[in-house]
Amino acid sequence: MSDLLSIALELGLKEDEYSRIVKILGRQPTKTEIAMYSVMWSEHCAYKHSRKLLSKLPKSSPYVLQGPGENAGIINIGEDKAIALKMESHNHPSAVEPFQGAATGVGGIVRDIFTMGARPIASMNSLRFGNLSNPRQRYLIDGVVDGIAQYGNCIGVPTVGGEIYFEDAYAENCLVNAMCVGLLEGEKIIMSGAAGPGNLVILMGSKTGRDGIGGCSVLASEEFDETSANKRPSVQVGNPFMEKLLIEAVLELKGKDLLVALQDFGAAGITCSSCEMSSKGEAGMELDLDKVPQREPNMAAYEMMMSESQERMMAVVTPEKLEQFMEVCDKWEVPASVVGKVTDDGMVTIRHKGRLEAQLPSKSLTDDIPIYCPEAKEPPYIKEVQSFDPLSLKEPDDLNEALLSILGSPDVASKKWVYSQYDHMVQTNTLLLPGSDAAVVGIKGTNKAIAITTDCNGRHCYLDPYEGTKEAVAEAARNIVCCGGKPLAVTDCLNFGNPEKPHIFWQFSQSIEGMIEACKALDTPVVSGNVSFYNESFGEAIYPTPTIGMVGIIEDIKHITSIAFKEGDAIILLGETKAELGGSQYLKVIHNKISGKPPAVDLEKEKSLQEAVLAAIKQGLVSSAHDSSDGGLAIALAKCCIAGGVGAWISLEYNNLSFAQALFSESNSRVIISCKADNAQKIQALCENNKITCQNIGQATGQSLSINNTINLPLGKLRDVYEKSLEKQIVGGKS
Amino acid sequence: MAKAKVFVTLKEGILDPQGQTVENALKNLGYNNVSNLRIGKYITLDIEGDNTKKELEEMSHKLLANPIIEDYQIEIEG
Amino acid sequence: MKFGVLVFPGSNCDTDCHWAVSELGQEVDYIWHHQTDFNGYDCLILPGGFSYGDFLRSGAIARFSPVMKKVKQYAQTGGLIIGICNGFQILLEAGLLPGAMKRNDSLKFICRHVNLKTENNQTSFTNKFTHGQVVSIPIAHNEGSYFADEATLKVLKENNQIIFRYCSETGNTSEKYCPNGALENIAGICNKEGNVLGMMPHPERAMSDMLGSSDGRMVFESIIAASLQGRGKRDE
Repeated sequence: MSDLLSIALELGLKEDEYSRIVKILGRQPTKTEIAMYSVMWSEHCAYKHSRKLLSKLPKSSPYVLQGPGENAGIINIGEDKAIALKMESHNHPSAVEPFQGAATGVGGIVRDIFTMGARPIASMNSLRFGNLSNPRQRYLIDGVVDGIAQYGNCIGVPTVGGEIYFEDAYAENCLVNAMCVGLLEGEKIIMSGAAGPGNLVILMGSKTGRDGIGGCSVLASEEFDETSANKRPSVQVGNPFMEKLLIEAVLELKGKDLLVALQDFGAAGITCSSCEMSSKGEAGMELDLDKVPQREPNMAAYEMMMSESQERMMAVVTPEKLEQFMEVCDKWEVPASVVGKVTDDGMVTIRHKGRLEAQLPSKSLTDDIPIYCPEAKEPPYIKEVQSFDPLSLKEPDDLNEALLSILGSPDVASKKWVYSQYDHMVQTNTLLLPGSDAAVVGIKGTNKAIAITTDCNGRHCYLDPYEGTKEAVAEAARNIVCCGGKPLAVTDCLNFGNPEKPHIFWQFSQSIEGMIEACKALDTPVVSGNVSFYNESFGEAIYPTPTIGMVGIIEDIKHITSIAFKEGDAIILLGETKAELGGSQYLKVIHNKISGKPPAVDLEKEKSLQEAVLAAIKQGLVSSAHDSSDGGLAIALAKCCIAGGVGAWISLEYNNLSFAQALFSESNSRVIISCKADNAQKIQALCENNKITCQNIGQATGQSLSINNTINLPLGKLRDVYEKSLEKQIVGGKS
Repeated sequence: MAKAKVFVTLKEGILDPQGQTVENALKNLGYNNVSNLRIGKYITLDIEGDNTKKELEEMSHKLLANPIIEDYQIEIEG
Repeated sequence: MKFGVLVFPGSNCDTDCHWAVSELGQEVDYIWHHQTDFNGYDCLILPGGFSYGDFLRSGAIARFSPVMKKVKQYAQTGGLIIGICNGFQILLEAGLLPGAMKRNDSLKFICRHVNLKTENNQTSFTNKFTHGQVVSIPIAHNEGSYFADEATLKVLKENNQIIFRYCSETGNTSEKYCPNGALENIAGICNKEGNVLGMMPHPERAMSDMLGSSDGRMVFESIIAASLQGRGKRDE
């Protein structure tokens, strides 16, 4: 085996991929070139296992200004304003160093947003950990939350919500999916395509150090001795202060029209941005690495090309505007250096110390990549879990106790301990505080607001990736509708195991099928996203976790609706409760079982339900709305009571279901509405028109939750359990 | 009983945003002769027993420092 | 009247403060931290955020910003200054207010609405409050545990310089209603002359019921009223 081939293999390229490189170049690649291909053709950058399936996702709609392919997707919300949205994973770095991993995850996604010229206005995150009884998991969540808080709080972008779930399947592979939303004013969007030969390429932000290049140690073997291993830290450290300065500098540069193109440094830093900017702009780029500001002495070319130092961006600027550009950077104390220029030869050319280190056709790194269509095969566990009948288990004698156990379980309990560490109010636009169905952020200068949510039930996706993913989309849309918004667009973060394994690829392809159907049915195109494969350890993969981030528009802030019951209101249940305990919190918490057929989604029904709810809200008929999902109807009712500080007297008809099913089934397409008694009939009429089942189930009153005289729990007790359980388990390790 | 000092510092090559910002601030105050400013932690403690060196090593590795990004140095007096 | 909102690298509540006083129909400018000369302002706001990343100590680096010399002069000549959150921390580091700020005793950042008791309503910042009034204004900080030595505390008390204390909904200022471990539940103080106020809670975040409370308006309305009465001194 040649030395070059063995380096390529060490860096994760396959043998035939190496041959492909030699064929493209018509010569042997240099080591720096191998390094560049290894990152650009990695799953992370090239999406080589997912590209084909992802291409089938619905992406367009008249209001979509920018679909997938840029730093973030953009949707028009009218009044000369647009919203940028994107979600991305930072799973592996968070598992290694939770604080910095999560912090740099936030930093990366926020950069994706302001790189488009949008001011970041809200962050969210979707997190998964193992069981909290394990001290390592408590260490992980504490570090991740601290990292998100320190970074997000410092840059002044409110972290307005998210979701956290705990399953053993995530013990070795925690998930940290960060989402950011930005506001664009005016028509101008900053794109990433390098254009105009002769224009200058500028590196701005932090200096380049040896961050995150541990994986490239093979390249170092002859250049350093062994003691230098500690010179190559694999952990990237975030600098939120620099990020804040970058935000302001970039937005000022955009305002003064000083940018031709801009790209954030994702994974693989300079390599990725130079190749992608060249390729998108149908241009080339010549870079002189001697001009790259370096944090450490004697960095090799490949180290600079691979470095993942944070808070860096690459800008293309016309020579005439260079002086003005530098003035803005100086004002914000953001270092910036000209490192090269745009060319018209379609090549990325890298020089260092007078040596030509790389000269590659940019398209070969971004478009001409190997695409794989792995085999998909249904895993054997699917038949087994789906044939399990939850009714075969004995129902608990004390359903009051059961309700409290579920309400206090870490998946369901209030995440107050987490979000009180996040500055969720800065920018003074947060109109619904965390703990609601979706976060609501007002748009100053208009009557509008946007609703943002992230959703995915990993257990349901494990038991049936197709239905589970449909549900994630449906629930996200339902959450937005319950807050008074119309769902507009999706950004996704698809977390799976090793796609080269047929069982995993089956999960992935089923999941994509479900997503395509649901996004089409609910008119929510996918405008950006990210795939994270290889989330597995010791041969065990995580649950398939296709996190759906969704943004909707609230046309008038007076439509904003919370989940809080109001004293005296009538309580109405929209939608049907079915015998769907499979994969429920009830099975998990009470019976310690993760099995069964998860609840199905009838997308047509879902759509009519959402239309009915939104119409009722817009007509001013609704005092509160809450979707019934995790934990079932009983849990949803309890949350509405706690939020409103009022009890409820409920009487359910449940026909051929058992009482436990009526309480805890997680059937989709259900919403609990409360309203003034006079409005109940109008809401019923709306439901009839939409062919939605609608039941008057009780009234908000008193200081306890009573369901069919069997559940009887004082509000104080419910609140205590709901609000304090998570902190007790994280801080005290108690359950 | 011995008095011990543990110095926790960021590993060489790990970015120290705090150190960098403080260094710039000193330069802005006119101290242009300053470079390579890095900020760490200094921990003092009293410890008893015969195995203090080994125990301090353990403590530093397990808790006082984060070995993924930090180094430590131990000094024992008396 | 005209407000000036100072902007340090890392300030992040500057736009919120700007918005808040604009909402009340007042003129307002941003003042960049490099500016060493400015005039025509009736009140300066040092906003919250993480000036210089909060590195070393909150406010420790910002106090050396070029703008601070002028801010000190402005204070000495009787101009009205309000420092909110990080702005309060900068005023402490700059010696314009006595005491220091420690990390919250929970060692966690805390963001939530808290209740405050108005201990002194005879100032340029609180004349719209009633004495002892309990108001709801959010906090969002990691280093908000106010500390002063005994002698300083004594002086603060003698001169009625303690303006706000953390309390219960009913105005009980016992320690258990203190979110961050601050000495005697202190949330806001002013200088002896009464023209410089520092407070950890964010009045600019409590400008409307949609944001959860409109009690913060009273702070700015008080400043406007004081200014109209000729308190404070327009810096020409």
